[in-house]
Amino acid sequence: MAKKNNDGYLSAAETRRISRQNRKTTNELEKKRKRKNVPESEYLTTMKDPGNAVEFEDLHTYFFTDVGTVHSVDGISFDVPLGKTVGVVGESGCGKSVTSLSLMQLLQRPQGQIVSGSIRLNLGNGKAYDITKTPEKVMQKLRGNFISMIFQEPMTALNPVFRIGEQINEVIALHDDEGKSDESIKERTIELLEMVGIANSEGVYKMYPHELSGGMRQRVMIAMALACSPKIIIADEPTTALDVTIQAQILDLLRNLKDKINSSIMFITHDLGVIAEMADYVVVMYAGRVVEKGTALEIFAHPSHPYTIGLMASKPVVGKKAEKLYSIPGKVPNPVNMPDYCYFKDRCEMCVSRCSGEYPGMIKLSDTHYVSCYRYYDEKEGK
Amino acid sequence: MTKFIIKRILLSIVILFFVTLIIYAVMRCLPTSYIENIARQKSMQPGSKSFEEWMTQLEAMYNMDKGIIPGFISWWGQMLQGEFGDSWYYTVPVIEKFNDTVWLSFVMGAVSMFFELAIAIPLGVLAATKQYSRTDYTITVVALAGISLPTFFFASLMKLVFAVKLGWFDLFGLVGRIHDQLSPWGQFLDKANHLVMPIIVLVVLSIGSLMRYTRTNMLEVLNSDYIRTARAKGLPEGKVIYHHAFRNTLIPLVTIIGGSLPGLFSGALITETLFSIPGIGFTSYHAMVGGDIPFSMFYLTFLSILTLAGNLISDILYAVVDPRVRIS
Repeated sequence: MAKKNNDGYLSAAETRRISRQNRKTTNELEKKRKRKNVPESEYLTTMKDPGNAVEFEDLHTYFFTDVGTVHSVDGISFDVPLGKTVGVVGESGCGKSVTSLSLMQLLQRPQGQIVSGSIRLNLGNGKAYDITKTPEKVMQKLRGNFISMIFQEPMTALNPVFRIGEQINEVIALHDDEGKSDESIKERTIELLEMVGIANSEGVYKMYPHELSGGMRQRVMIAMALACSPKIIIADEPTTALDVTIQAQILDLLRNLKDKINSSIMFITHDLGVIAEMADYVVVMYAGRVVEKGTALEIFAHPSHPYTIGLMASKPVVGKKAEKLYSIPGKVPNPVNMPDYCYFKDRCEMCVSRCSGEYPGMIKLSDTHYVSCYRYYDEKEGK
Repeated sequence: MTKFIIKRILLSIVILFFVTLIIYAVMRCLPTSYIENIARQKSMQPGSKSFEEWMTQLEAMYNMDKGIIPGFISWWGQMLQGEFGDSWYYTVPVIEKFNDTVWLSFVMGAVSMFFELAIAIPLGVLAATKQYSRTDYTITVVALAGISLPTFFFASLMKLVFAVKLGWFDLFGLVGRIHDQLSPWGQFLDKANHLVMPIIVLVVLSIGSLMRYTRTNMLEVLNSDYIRTARAKGLPEGKVIYHHAFRNTLIPLVTIIGGSLPGLFSGALITETLFSIPGIGFTSYHAMVGGDIPFSMFYLTFLSILTLAGNLISDILYAVVDPRVRIS
């Protein structure tokens, strides 16, 4: 991208060149993905720490668009420990959802591709798969069964032409190895609907999605996600589209259910209040990178990255009088044309002289607390 | 639902009344008048009455001496009794002539509609699932060619290749030269053989729009959230497309198919004329050019009824495929 203007306009020749190159790259990656009979040894791997359910390591997920390659996820690493909730926060477009879709292998292909890095999924008994190399056939057995996802838009995430019961039955029947009868599947569905707090479960079983309210639909989505007692639940902004009272109920529900089936939750949101309530660990993302990660206590008590500090400051606090809510100045850099220095530098109010150097690495503040900022280089590494 | 249907039928009758009024008025105002032609011919004969005298006599004879509104009312009165009168141009009862010709067009329409659906919908789905691939581009280009080709050009091309050069089919007509000497089964095959080219023309020209419509709708559905949900459940790709996505694509398709019901009976005027096939399109074209009011009125009224019925059927089918519009 040598000759690109800063105003974002591209010449026709540029666009053609980009699409040709994109097609070449994506075709190559697609061909690799579409191979038949991939031996298990190729995607079998071992966890760095057997206490983790998922380990993301240096994951790069790019979108090859006609205006250039978008580095949606650009080298993130974090772990989801077994039985814990990890909250992923960041503003819109910072790569939270793309991270979760990478884990599910549900990226919009062929444009969206995992380019490098690995996602290790702990299957128990010392077995682990590298999701980035797992073929589609095997993924289908894991999705909905081992990992499941709650989407952010309950209004459109259910198929409008099928009854609620049918849609939940489908997951159970699909991942059922015992050969359950239709009645026992129905029984399980009703039980799930009751578990997520739907009183009229028999009635809802026969209803269509449009007959339910947003909160009810989100409960159905949760019931569907929990149908096979998955080990990992990805909740992608599950309460964003709901009003506050329903939000609290849904969060309560998720917390109780998590304790009941003891699974790990990857909780994606931009709502810090929700994170404080739900998460054990917090990962803060900015422009496709992890800028800070740590336990919830560490992040909320000692936010270290200027971005995290800004986020905390821009959150309204009850009982604190403020004329105007703080807002982080500037805007997110253009995802196609990322700078080669710290992505946050142009918006940062705490810059030090070293900030114009290359992107800062992760600095360890404590055993669990890491931050990617030059301000901590001196105290920790003595450079 | 029953209440809805009854309401719609009653409404349809009102619509039909005004539609026929417009058709009748237009037919009466047409510049070609069958009666005028006859009167002119008769007055040309040596020793005959004058043109005006003939006109008055003939108008009274054909019941056309009234104004448009009284004429229309008496036409409706007769229609309600099932009386459509005799065709002026063909000089047989309208219903008899219609019955003689419509079934041929219906067979042609039904066969070509069957092939149209059987080819266009799977192609559209295929093109959508493989968006921007070589398959998609090939299908789209072929479909576009189908839409853009004019009937007369494509039909002439077919005739040139398959009738003139290869000699597989006859150039035009419905029956071959030795038709009368064939056994009943042979006669059937002879007719079928003559219908091959017209049907191919009809199918090729109609596939394009339906295929593109299917493709667009399928793409829209495939990009929706519930398809991602279906994939997140772990469903195999085939089930995602043919169960979850296709059911949703059916919703807009049903309206199109319901709306094409009158097309089954209306005949294909240009194709039938090009191949000289005595179907309803061909017949009604000649009736209309000849100013045959009873036949044209019957034909157009029949089509209006079918159009209204087609709309009602597609509304009912809508409710069948889309639970959101179900009327309780």
